Amino acid sequence: MNETFLASRAIAWRHLYKWISVPANFMPTFIFPLIFFTGFAGALGKLGDVRGFDYPASYASWMFVFSLLQTCLFGGLATGFTIAGDFQTGFMRRLMLAVGHRNAILFGYMLSTFVRAALMSAIVTGVAFIAGLQMLGGPLQIGGMYVLALSLSLVGTMWAAGVMFRARDPQLGPAMQIPMFLAVFMAPVFVPLDVLQGWLHGAASINPVSYIMTANRQLLAGQAADVLPAVLAVAGLFVVLLAWALTGVRSAERAGG
Amino acid sequence: MASSENNGIEVRGLVKQFKKGPKAVDGIDLDVAPGEIYGFLGPNGAGKSTTVNMLVTLLPITAGRATVAGWDVATQGSHVRTAIGAALQAVALDKFLTGREHLKLIASLQGITGDRASRRAEVLLERVGLEDAADRKVGGYSGGMQRRLDLALALVHEPRVLFLDEPTTGLDPQSRTALWEEVRRLATDEGVTVFLTTQYLEEADVLADRVGIINAGTIVAEGTPAELKAEIGAPTVELVPASDADRARLPGLLAQFGTEAAPEVPGSVAVRLHRGDDRASLVSIVRAVDDAGVAVREVRQHEPTLDDVFLLKTGLTLEGAASDADVAASEPGPRSPEPAPADPTAEPVA
Amino acid sequence: MTTSTTSTAAPPTTGIINPHATGTSLANQVGLLARRSVRSSLSSPAGYMPGIVMPLILLTINSSGLSAATRIPGFPADRYLDFAIVITFMQSALFATSSAGLGLVRDIESGFLDRLALTPMRAGALVVAQISGAIAIALGASLVYISIMFITQVDFHTGPLGVLALLGLSMWTAFSFATIGAWIALRSGESEALQGIFPLLFATLFLSTTNMPRDLIQADWFRAITRVNPVSYMVDAMRSLIITGWDGRVLLEGAGVLLAVSLIGVAGCARSLRRRMAKA
Repeated sequence: MNETFLASRAIAWRHLYKWISVPANFMPTFIFPLIFFTGFAGALGKLGDVRGFDYPASYASWMFVFSLLQTCLFGGLATGFTIAGDFQTGFMRRLMLAVGHRNAILFGYMLSTFVRAALMSAIVTGVAFIAGLQMLGGPLQIGGMYVLALSLSLVGTMWAAGVMFRARDPQLGPAMQIPMFLAVFMAPVFVPLDVLQGWLHGAASINPVSYIMTANRQLLAGQAADVLPAVLAVAGLFVVLLAWALTGVRSAERAGG
Repeated sequence: MASSENNGIEVRGLVKQFKKGPKAVDGIDLDVAPGEIYGFLGPNGAGKSTTVNMLVTLLPITAGRATVAGWDVATQGSHVRTAIGAALQAVALDKFLTGREHLKLIASLQGITGDRASRRAEVLLERVGLEDAADRKVGGYSGGMQRRLDLALALVHEPRVLFLDEPTTGLDPQSRTALWEEVRRLATDEGVTVFLTTQYLEEADVLADRVGIINAGTIVAEGTPAELKAEIGAPTVELVPASDADRARLPGLLAQFGTEAAPEVPGSVAVRLHRGDDRASLVSIVRAVDDAGVAVREVRQHEPTLDDVFLLKTGLTLEGAASDADVAASEPGPRSPEPAPADPTAEPVA
Repeated sequence: MTTSTTSTAAPPTTGIINPHATGTSLANQVGLLARRSVRSSLSSPAGYMPGIVMPLILLTINSSGLSAATRIPGFPADRYLDFAIVITFMQSALFATSSAGLGLVRDIESGFLDRLALTPMRAGALVVAQISGAIAIALGASLVYISIMFITQVDFHTGPLGVLALLGLSMWTAFSFATIGAWIALRSGESEALQGIFPLLFATLFLSTTNMPRDLIQADWFRAITRVNPVSYMVDAMRSLIITGWDGRVLLEGAGVLLAVSLIGVAGCARSLRRRMAKA
């Protein structure tokens, strides 16, 4: 087997093992998406009655799509903190010494975050069903929705890794969190894009996350979906952030790990 | 093109300059032969760890060229990393993993998986004496246990070149001796080349085939311990006076035999004998002191040590220096506040 | 006898504690230690800035993103901003849990608390000081939010006296949460325990009436949760000052809940401190 793949797999194993075996790591990634989902889906149901809001599925379904994307993207942020922690304890030097190709470290974290996001998505889906989630789309549409959402876990990891391979300090977490937070919330989170007003409408119109969120809501509800803009948005983010993350790895190499 | 037979290290004009800082390593040349144990000595901030970090591909080099196991550290880093093992100054372990899990993880990162990784972990755990603690999380390990695990991790993939950056700092004497034996065994039985930095001269003296002394980023002396000590040549004679009055007379009396040296015993007077001067001998000194009626309680003769070499070459003493991190700035380290360990070459003669 | 005590764990605080503290009153001791706590917190902007900035970002986005909620019949405000600004006060009060708790954990881990037992200082003074430090930071944040209320011309229904009442309620809320943080810190002595409790506190904020008045919550199960969640009553009391006017019942409910949480927090702190000092 390819050595880079083996190394990536080993790094992914350690990351997942630590996530599951240390409650302090596990709980926040587990609880926050559920809090956001239950908080928003439970409190804001009346928004579904507002004029211009003509989504065929329940409001819980509407918010489920947001929570799914948030779970996947924010999972990358948690990985960013793990990377920063590894720099702080010096463990990253050990990893950098042990692997032949250091990109394997990045790929390992991406792999584990993807697996973790898949598990978290399953949990969020289960809770959402209890809260009234309706899946009106066919299997292919629902599958497509999960693929688009899970691809954001890789996007989130590449963003966070790019920041933390450069910063190498958990104290600089807000520099990683705030842009991601803005990307997730400056989108049609609570109501459709057309119902949004003012500056937020403008910001959401150019935010690539909006396209993915909209397409996923259409896929969930079995509507004709604007999949192409969403796929292009994911592909664009992927290319740009892969370059960002890989140059981050080079930056850490130059600094000596 | 690298040769797989070449386990040595070759360094030419190696320079490391950090941003807005002085040159931490300033054009050093080194040759370490395959299977050789090379001791790299220097005070804090001399450039030892910076050199190691460049050779293990953790730090990019500013100028010069270095090959390890035949691979260029600047352009063939991944090959270098496959060939080397390294136990660095700061033991970096994941407190949530066990010793065995660490070994398996590092084995996987090196492409060793499955049963082979398990067997290798077993062998190494036994070799470093951690079989009983193998399945405990390393957060509960003592400092010595962590160091031993660190060495085992460096050996997982059977490296051809081993870098040990102050490996015995913080170890108890028993563990230190055990580590020396293991390093010697690796070099003699398995032909592993060992590049060892240390602040303990005794360690370099006992273990190293050859020694290089670095100060302020440049190598100021290099050779076998015997060769370096031979450069000093003459021994040091130290007299412990019986009274303050006797002490006051000793320096004047001894000046004809050599130059004043730092005494080991507080209150005593020491002189490094002139080389090639027949009159400068222990017997002559005892006779002169006797003739002058100066009372001494004890006379000791010290053969030259690496500390003497170090003092001569750098103007500093090294033995027992604090083991702070090797920083980039090249500043001479402070004199050690700790007493020097007993000199094994000291001969009480009176 | 004079005793010199300096913290080894928090370098910026070194020397703040007066070596001539012998005989100083408890208030002086608290003052000295609280200054140390605030200085220590303020020395790391990365530690407190997100606590001030993140609520503002969330407010900015939500007041625009949820402006459609004002079109729901019976929504109690003309702008969602007027309805939602109270969340910023609640969030800064929530941060008091971790600022007080983490400060104490640092002092426990560094042995500073135990060392106080060897000095004329009273260990209780340190706990009160860490809580005061956390409240001081929450006060700073609240003043920022009040300024923002003026800038954004929030329609404040209770006038200048209501602003003071809002400030008072938010400080009381910060105090309640700070005592909970200090209790957990004293009981566990570990920062992990505090980090573990934070998501739960965050949950209490989100599973309350922060985003929608109870009457307009559609899901029965969620309405039931908001009814048993004490944070709802704190939020409603503070919010009523802004968008309703002087509503005695809502204010009394809020004050009652705050009193209960504060008493539980203080009793917990006292009990855990006694146990910890008995072990020292």
